[in-house]
Order: sequence, then C-alpha cells, then structure tokens
Amino acid sequence: MALEILYILSGLVSMVAAVLSFKDKTLKTRYGTALFWAILAITFIFGKVIPPSIVGILVLVMGVLTATKQVRIGTFKQTSEEFKSEKSKLIGNKLFIPVLSIAAFAFGIGQFTSLGGLVGMGIGAVVGTIAGLFITKASVGETLEGGNRLIQQVGPFAILPQLLAALGALFNAAGVGEVIANGISNVIPTGNIVFGVIAYCVGMAVFTMIMGNAFAAFAVITAGIGLPFVFSQGANPAIAGALALTAGYCGTLLTPMAANFNIVPAAVLETKDKYKVIKTQAPMAITLLVIHIILMLVWAF
Amino acid sequence: MIKLLGVLIIVVGFALKLDTIAVVLTAGVVTGIVGGLSFNEILTILGKAFVENRYMTVFFVTLPIIGLLEGYGLKQRAAELIGKVKAATSGKILSIYMVIRTIAAALSLRIGGHVEFIRPLIYPMAEGADKNKYEDLPEEAVETIKGMSASVENYANFYGQNVFIAAGGVLLIVGTLGELGIEVTEKQVSNASIPIAIIAVILVAIQLRLHDRKINNIINKNK
Repeated sequence: MALEILYILSGLVSMVAAVLSFKDKTLKTRYGTALFWAILAITFIFGKVIPPSIVGILVLVMGVLTATKQVRIGTFKQTSEEFKSEKSKLIGNKLFIPVLSIAAFAFGIGQFTSLGGLVGMGIGAVVGTIAGLFITKASVGETLEGGNRLIQQVGPFAILPQLLAALGALFNAAGVGEVIANGISNVIPTGNIVFGVIAYCVGMAVFTMIMGNAFAAFAVITAGIGLPFVFSQGANPAIAGALALTAGYCGTLLTPMAANFNIVPAAVLETKDKYKVIKTQAPMAITLLVIHIILMLVWAF
Repeated sequence: MIKLLGVLIIVVGFALKLDTIAVVLTAGVVTGIVGGLSFNEILTILGKAFVENRYMTVFFVTLPIIGLLEGYGLKQRAAELIGKVKAATSGKILSIYMVIRTIAAALSLRIGGHVEFIRPLIYPMAEGADKNKYEDLPEEAVETIKGMSASVENYANFYGQNVFIAAGGVLLIVGTLGELGIEVTEKQVSNASIPIAIIAVILVAIQLRLHDRKINNIINKNK
C-alpha cells in the first residue's frame, strides 16, 4: 500500500515532465516526448489496475517513440551561475538538509519499521521537498521545473532497468538460461577442479552480463555448472556459493544490461559517453574476476 | 540454439549503437516468439514484469528536490565545503566514500545511490577538490571523475552487501543451494563474503591512486 503511493508519486513526477514538455514550444518533438512521459506516468499510477497485456502494449508504444527519435530533451528555465553562487553563500550548509533527510528517512524507516527502505526514501523525499521549499524560499513551480530538468536529462534511459527486468522474464520463460548452462557444461572436462572453478566463475560473470542480473544467473549456473563441476568435487559450499555470486557481480560491472548500475548513472551524471561507467569499471571487474577464481581454488578446496 | 537469437539481437544492436530501448524490446519479443510463446503471452509477461519492477524507477520522487537545490547552488556548496581541505583530491574523496559506503552496505544501511548521493554531493566534492588543486579541469578530466564517482558507488554496494547476514544475496545462496540438497547457513555465507569485501576496498583504493595520477597527467598534457 505505502509502496503503491510511492509509485503514484513517481508517476506524478513523470506527468509533470509530460505536461512541461507538451508546453515547450521550442521542442519540435514535443508531442512524442509528452506522450512518452505520460505513458510512463500512467503505468506508474495505474500499473496495479491495468491488465498486464495492456501495459505490454503501452511499453511497446514507448519503444516505437524512442526508435523514431520522438523523445528529446527540451529547454528549461535555469538559474544563472551567479544566482547559484550567491544563494549557496547566503543559505550555506542548510542546503544539505533536504538531501540528508532522504538518507536519514531511508535508513530510519528501513531499519526500525516494516515499511522498508524504499518507502523510507519516498517519505524522506517528501519531507526533504517541504524542508527545501522553506530553506530556499522557492516556489512549488520552481521545484517541479527542477524535477522536470533532471528527469529529461536522464531521458528514456530511466525506463531501461524495468525493460531489462522484463527482458529477463522473457528469457526465463523461453528457457535461455538452460541453453547457455548446457553449452558451457558440454565443453568443460569433468573431474578437473581448476576447469570447474573457472567455468563456474566465468559462467556466472558471462550469464550475468547477458541477463544484467546476477541473482537471475545464480540459480541457473549453480544448477548447471556449480553442482556437477564444483560442489560435487568437494568444495566448501558456503565459500564457493558466496564467491560465485560476487563473481557474477564482476559481470554486472561490465554490462549495459545492468542499466540501473551502469547506464542510468552515466545519464544521471551527464557523461558524454554513455558507456563511461562500464569503461571505468572494466579493469577492476576483470582483476576481481581473476581473484575470485584463485580465491575459490585455494580457499574452498 | 535458436533461443539465443534474442541475445544475438542485444549484442548486435548495442554494438551498432541502435536505439537501446527498441533493441531490448525487439530482443524480448523475438525471444518470446522463438521460445514458443503467443503474442498475448509476450505482452502479458512484458507488462507484468514492467509493473513489478517499478521500484527500480522510484528515484523519480527525489528529482524535484535535488533539481531545486541544484538551482540554488547545492553543487557549489559541496565544492566549497571540500575546498577547505587543501590536501583533498577526487581520488582521496572517493576512497573515503568507498570505505564508508562498504561498511554501510555490510550493515545493510541504505546510504548511497547515484541519484541521491553521487550526483548532488559526492561528485561535486570530488570535482571541486580537483578544481581547487588544478584551477581548470579539461573535459577529459571531468569525464574521468564522473566515471569514477559512479563506479565507486557500484563497487562498494556490490562487494560489501553480502557481509550482511540477511542480505538478499545471502538468502539467495542459502535458498538455491538448499534446493540442490546442499545445506549452508546464512552465517557461513556472510562470513565467506568478508574477504572479497576487504580485497575490493584495497583494489579500489589502488585504482583511485592511479586515477589521481591520471588526472595529473591529463592536466599536464593540456598545459
């Protein structure tokens, strides 16, 4: 229930982006852009009551809008650099209060109630917004425009994590995981611990790269590769299991399929290269994967 | 093998830099078709998963306040605050964040996030520190700091979280192994996750030292 309210609030933010881009006469594709954010808003606000197949159609419409380049970034009212410097000096460290309240509520409510950290973040955001209005003495309209600017900067990539989760569901329904696990298990020789450990760790990383999610990979790869090639050869199961999952996280660092960790953050930080985060992480991911293999070999056996 | 057609579409589509969302949707629909699902079943799975995973996009509720504060100089404030620490560099700031964020993840504290923490606070501090040191930062340096700021959040989150005994990953390992007839306890799994958390912190500290050196090189090259 509380979570559903949070989804409705998120939908309203998206609806603000729809309305403001619709009003943006300088934006040539304002109808398409407005429609995109409006559809997203509808799936958030009414997602629970609309039949899933209708949501499926709406999602495909969003895909057509981005494929035909109808979703673009508009122009926003922005404050000048002088205004920002002046206000930052005038208001001082109180500017941090709203941001820290998001973290404080997410932590407090996640830790001490049964509502969960996400709901806590939502409550923190509402409290933070009210506090922010007092601290800056800004109008509600300015706040909505601030939200609109950020949402448009992130752009259509914002929905990518949800889409990829949906893709994962379709991969599962079609049995893609079994095909890959069988493929890998056919090429590794049985009875060899070194090959088994390499196949398990690399298999986790590679399948995570395809699925974009190490949790989804874990069950499939553990049953298909971990059990016959690692656990049945006497590995300590807690150690090998724990390392297999984090070996999967090395794959997460390397893949655009994990959009919420790699692609959306690049958009949030407005990098020129949308793969900048993955490129930064690649050397670390590969080093850590090698360490996982060595650690599993020496520590689990 | 035909079932892997969707994977192929993803790889080719991403490599050719086609529209990401359209590529993902095409791969999903094609995978459903070659997997023997009806079009209605595909739409239902797509819509159901999209709605169930709305939690991934609830960061929207934080955007209005972060957008407003940025308009009132939040980033400038963060940069100014760090400017008082003369020895600060982007690498050192991100190292401190890595340690704090890893401990927070290990204790299951929800502190962090690219939208809630990195964009409004950590990245401006990291950039502000280097701006203070070098006065002017070329675009290449800014991009490098951005990439590293986002990465550190991921490193700490990923490799720290399973140290917590009731982390989602720990429960998944115990549950999956249990179904395969292998008994392990949550305590054993979370203990087994400690070494890699420590190794990750050390390696990231090294990567961040190299990062500071890289920034220095970029500055010298542009002089």
